[in-house]
Amino acid sequence: MARIDDLDPLERLFLKGYPFKRFAPRPDDPVTTAVTTLRKPLAQCTVALVTTAGLSLPGQPPFDTSIKRGDSSFREIPSAVALESLEMNHRSWAFDYRGVLRDRNLALPLDRLREMRERGEIGAIAPRHYSFMGSIVGPAKLTRTSAPEVARLLAEDSVDVVLLTPV
Amino acid sequence: MCHQSVGLIQRQIEYAGITTVSISLLREITEKTRPPRALFVPFPLGYPLGEPDNAELQTRIIQAAFALLSRTDCPVLETFAT
Repeated sequence: MARIDDLDPLERLFLKGYPFKRFAPRPDDPVTTAVTTLRKPLAQCTVALVTTAGLSLPGQPPFDTSIKRGDSSFREIPSAVALESLEMNHRSWAFDYRGVLRDRNLALPLDRLREMRERGEIGAIAPRHYSFMGSIVGPAKLTRTSAPEVARLLAEDSVDVVLLTPV
Repeated sequence: MCHQSVGLIQRQIEYAGITTVSISLLREITEKTRPPRALFVPFPLGYPLGEPDNAELQTRIIQAAFALLSRTDCPVLETFAT
């Protein structure tokens, strides 16, 4: 189990002092209080994945780890991707990335979704999935630009359900 | 920081009319970021679906997360029973 108190001292200090309140939900903000009811059984739903594992396709530009407040861009991952070809740009000292390097399903479980679709547990797998980098300390651009853009693309693909995974 | 990013992205997607659920590895951060629905899993950072090459465990975690999709008493933060 991961606890803040067990993390690397620098990371711990940072997380304890970070102003999470600034980006926390506010009752007067419709985005932060929105709740979308599931309108049909999961067996009829189109499912997409979003991860902050920093995965990218070989031909895509890698995430930029030199941006001081974090790279808030995203990469589109087609559902037909060969998972083992995905590269991992995330190199935060806060976590162990060896698991995801061994099995990308740990963060982007496309093989698991394929099996669930075969068994009829979900209706369909969305054509596009999305990968962010995480380690975004200054999330203004994420909130204003890239997250709404991904939300729009998911809606464009008529996605009903999204599973999100941090690392 | 991944957890804050996930929460912020998740809320934008939920706002766009799509039902969402996320995995949490750090309960303390998810309690602060309060995404609509989250499943806390007792695994180390970097291991949101438990273990590499363990399809059975990964599937059980996804199924437990999907079981929260019908909840509307948000924010929902449940713990995965291993």
